[in-house]
Amino acid sequence: MAEQLSRKKIISPEKIFMGMTGLFSLSVLLISVVVVYELFSASEPAFHKFGLKFLITKEWDPVQKVYGALPFIWGTFYTSLLALLIALPVSLGIAIFLSELAPAWLRSSAGFLIELLAAIPSLIFGLWGLFVLSPILQQYIEPPLSNLSWLPFFTGYPLGLGFLNAGLLLAVMIIPTISSISRDVMYTVPANQREGGLALGMTRWEVVSKVVIPNSRSGILGAVVLGLGRALGETMAVTMVIGNTPQFSLSLLDPGYTISSVIANQFTEAFDKLQISALVELGLILFVISVIINAFAKLLMLRMNRFSGGARI
Amino acid sequence: MKTDFRYIRRKVFGTVMLGLSLLAALAAVSMLFWILGYTFIKGISAVNLDFFTKLPTPVGVPGGGLANSIAGSIIVVGMAGLMAIPVGIATAIYLSEYGRGVFASTVRFVSDVLAGVPAIVAGIVAYALVVTRMHRFSAFSGSVSLALLMLPIIIRSSEEIFRTVPDTLREASFALGVPKWKTILSIVLKTASGGLVTGTILAVARVGGEAAPLLFTSFSNSFWNFNPGQPMATLPVDLFNYSISPYQDWQQKAWAAALVLVGMVLLLNISARLYLARKGFKR
Amino acid sequence: MADKIAVEGLNAWFGKTQALHDIDMAVPENSITAIIGPSGCGKSTFIRCINRMHEEIRGAYSNGRVILDGEDVYGSGVDPVLIRRRLGMVFQKPNPFPTMSIKENVVAGIILNRRLGRHEIEETAEKYLRRAALWDEVKDQLNRPGVSLSGGQQQRLCIARALAVEPEVLLADEPASALDPISTAKIEDLFTDLKERYTIVVVTHNMQQAARISDRTAFFLSGHLIEYGTTDKIFTNPSDKRTEDYITGRFG
Repeated sequence: MAEQLSRKKIISPEKIFMGMTGLFSLSVLLISVVVVYELFSASEPAFHKFGLKFLITKEWDPVQKVYGALPFIWGTFYTSLLALLIALPVSLGIAIFLSELAPAWLRSSAGFLIELLAAIPSLIFGLWGLFVLSPILQQYIEPPLSNLSWLPFFTGYPLGLGFLNAGLLLAVMIIPTISSISRDVMYTVPANQREGGLALGMTRWEVVSKVVIPNSRSGILGAVVLGLGRALGETMAVTMVIGNTPQFSLSLLDPGYTISSVIANQFTEAFDKLQISALVELGLILFVISVIINAFAKLLMLRMNRFSGGARI
Repeated sequence: MKTDFRYIRRKVFGTVMLGLSLLAALAAVSMLFWILGYTFIKGISAVNLDFFTKLPTPVGVPGGGLANSIAGSIIVVGMAGLMAIPVGIATAIYLSEYGRGVFASTVRFVSDVLAGVPAIVAGIVAYALVVTRMHRFSAFSGSVSLALLMLPIIIRSSEEIFRTVPDTLREASFALGVPKWKTILSIVLKTASGGLVTGTILAVARVGGEAAPLLFTSFSNSFWNFNPGQPMATLPVDLFNYSISPYQDWQQKAWAAALVLVGMVLLLNISARLYLARKGFKR
Repeated sequence: MADKIAVEGLNAWFGKTQALHDIDMAVPENSITAIIGPSGCGKSTFIRCINRMHEEIRGAYSNGRVILDGEDVYGSGVDPVLIRRRLGMVFQKPNPFPTMSIKENVVAGIILNRRLGRHEIEETAEKYLRRAALWDEVKDQLNRPGVSLSGGQQQRLCIARALAVEPEVLLADEPASALDPISTAKIEDLFTDLKERYTIVVVTHNMQQAARISDRTAFFLSGHLIEYGTTDKIFTNPSDKRTEDYITGRFG
């Protein structure tokens, strides 16, 4: 009783502890406010000078002090979409293999190896792309492709560096992300759904394609969105293989430039204040895209949890 | 039993598709071994004692090492950890032990979104926040950028670990009259400690390989430097600079740096994951 | 009545645990056979062995013979995928495919082998929804997702889906155990109607249900078939002491 009374008078250690951890949580919100503030304030000069035209201007010329984001935005999305196009079927294949085919002993070890791929630093992929993939592309893959130059995708010369190399490299880098999330989602498809398919006389593949994948579609979409997010922001590997040429081209053989690689290449060398500000504005664009994408992925995952929870009787 | 043509087609198609999925898994695993194996073969010839003990030499001068950037990486990542780990774990405690309402779910959402922010953007923020104010590149600003990357990873993994602590343990402690905060500090933290350490190691391994945010924050340095207010060499940044240089001996050093970096990152990763798997935590 | 299914010397395992011991049992055509017994007695495993679903569980296998119209379901060269089309199955928990509408659910099995026009889909859906006594309740919402229905309706949707591939036998694994009493009654009535066309084997933990709907009843205990006979005989005058104990509620 006495203890209870005294507790009312002084601030209890309970409240102090909760308040302190709460303050740390608050600091996370403050940090994100600071992040947003710094990005906006440092890109203000460029925004002031170019306005929204920044987004659609093709030139990037530090000598003339004209800066436009279009080639970089294009390069970022083009390489990322290319990567998704390659990575999605492969990742789904991996997820199907791990969740539906692999025996138990192989399941965990193969899954482990594929997740290790995600742990390799981006620089190492870049090194491999630069010294291994690039010569292979230049000598064996791109020359036959350039024979198809009547298609806009295959004009230009086989350089080994450019959209194709970056797209392939990004694909390898996002495959672990997409495949491991898809596998986790496929695991959660209830056994009675699979059995329902089998009992109707479905083959194993039909159970996968007509039951498991449709049941997992919002989770797979979430995985794809997260993979896209990783590809869009990826810096070092792309910087090493993209060819660093700001141009607006459809051709896979052409060199290009992405938002993150122009920041990586020019930030330290930029002594013109306006150029730095333009680079920060590019960073802000990347930030906004990644926030939208991650928020979307998170909502998808929440929806999926509710959906699978609701499907239970 | 009649087997019609249509069924045979279904069966063959299914077998082909499942075969392709096996092929996809094989392809991914062989990519892993290709990349790691190539790095090992190219790097091993350049890794020697000098690599770990000597300063870099100018182009054309044989020998030398990257001792300063190995030390620099440890310092920059270490300082980032000092900033991010306490904040991250304290936040995770709040979220898992007290967090119910709108505030907690906002924090959770924001930290999940922060986790997806590209590394290079973290570099820009640290640049704007620290470098422009100090008017020079510094190891400290590099640490700030890495801390920004680490924080959401630590929050997420720690919260998951705290949630694996069974409620019965907490209740047993409450039943003995131990107040909640003491229960958290003594029972919950202690039970979760193994998981927290491995989660932290994974976060360190994740940011330790990053070069993008360090390019224009901690920058680089050809000499020994232990002052966090000055530019400091790090292994990833040196790796990048050497790899895009036209000089054979520098490229050679890049491969050696790659091998050391990959070795450290994978060692941390594998040991953390094996430990987690042994403890039966998911992920 | 001729025997539709004859089970001979059936054993089943989960890994090292044997779940069924040397089962011999014949199921007559156009009848309802109930399988009763306490949980874990192997009754579900038994019907899952009939349409070769048991082997789909990791580490599960079986031996022995299950003869369907004179042909061994486990014979060499018999494809389980094809055999399952002759032996439809309904599960304990209703499992309509959540991404498909009601009518898509009904035809899900048919369209594996045959392309259906839009009109044909509607016709087929109506035919089997009527047969599953669900048509009147859902005829205005055929395009809504199957999971939007109530539990009992979902289960009848699953029955329609199973019937649509025109099986000869319907295997039901505790089809009403997750349902309320009214839905249960509807399923029971439905089964009684369906036995004119199909041979039905139903697993149930509910002895009253077995007594109400089945012609023959089999009592399983710890993986053994203890007693099998007409439902009348099992419930009024069982020959085995253990059967008597069970039906009088002394255990299980």
